[in-house]
Amino acid sequence: MIKARVTVTLKNGVLDPQGKAIEGALGSLGFEGVHQVRQGKVFDLDVDGTDRTKAEAELKAMCEKLLANTVIENYTIAID
Amino acid sequence: MKSAVVQLPGLNRDRDMIAALTLISGEAPITIWQTETSIPDDVDLIVIPGGFSYGDYLRCGAIAARMPVMQAIKDKADKGVKVLGVCNGFQILVEAGMLPGALMRNTTLRFVCKEVKLEVVNADTHFTRAYDKGQIIRCPVAHHDGNYFVDDATLAGMEDRGEIVFRYAEGTNPNGSLGDIAGVINSQGNVLGMMPHPENLIEAAHGGKDGRGIFASALDVIAA
Repeated sequence: MIKARVTVTLKNGVLDPQGKAIEGALGSLGFEGVHQVRQGKVFDLDVDGTDRTKAEAELKAMCEKLLANTVIENYTIAID
Repeated sequence: MKSAVVQLPGLNRDRDMIAALTLISGEAPITIWQTETSIPDDVDLIVIPGGFSYGDYLRCGAIAARMPVMQAIKDKADKGVKVLGVCNGFQILVEAGMLPGALMRNTTLRFVCKEVKLEVVNADTHFTRAYDKGQIIRCPVAHHDGNYFVDDATLAGMEDRGEIVFRYAEGTNPNGSLGDIAGVINSQGNVLGMMPHPENLIEAAHGGKDGRGIFASALDVIAA
């Protein structure tokens, strides 16, 4: 079993209204010096097999086809 | 002119769409379920209505866009069949890669349900022939993720080719969409996506008929 974590984040230049709202809320809680918050998504996946290279290729295809919308999002894949 | 309405779990505007198409064409549309892999040859207009397909999980329209019926719709669109996506239908079309761009959370972070004004930017399409270029029409909106985004290079090409069909007018942009964009069409001119709901402004009981022109154009029943 291979454990993987996919992190999806918004591309630079794409407005993130949720991140902005969180940034404002942190400010109102008294946390100073937070200049930017960008909200993203994390997916933890358990994948059959032991071949890491093969799993990575498959995870990349999953990101391209479904997990990320590459018009607005970037993704990274980390394998345990 | 035969039309079809797509039904998927979580779509809830299919009945409004069926009523609108029936009223304007005089013929009830057929319905297409998500697992269907082919669409009858005599269908000239496929409509993907609004709602919350698959509970908006992952991203609005993301799961629906990967259902088997979408491949059948893509094949039909490639052959020139007209496809109209409204609200969640628009989100599904961008997720399926049939229209450029993406629809993101409204900048206000709030669900908006109200009436807006739309400028008909391009009246020379299969869906807008009943209007005049520059005409301002009323139209209801109801969505949480209608904030259209597309990269600058793609946008410039779309503007050059007249693919921006509707813009929110008179300061009524309800979602922060780039360039006030409310509706876009593909390069072939047969796939239109729009966030507002024209099917909810087509008869006197709705308080107006401004949305009628989209269906009259697409169904080829423009009154002389």
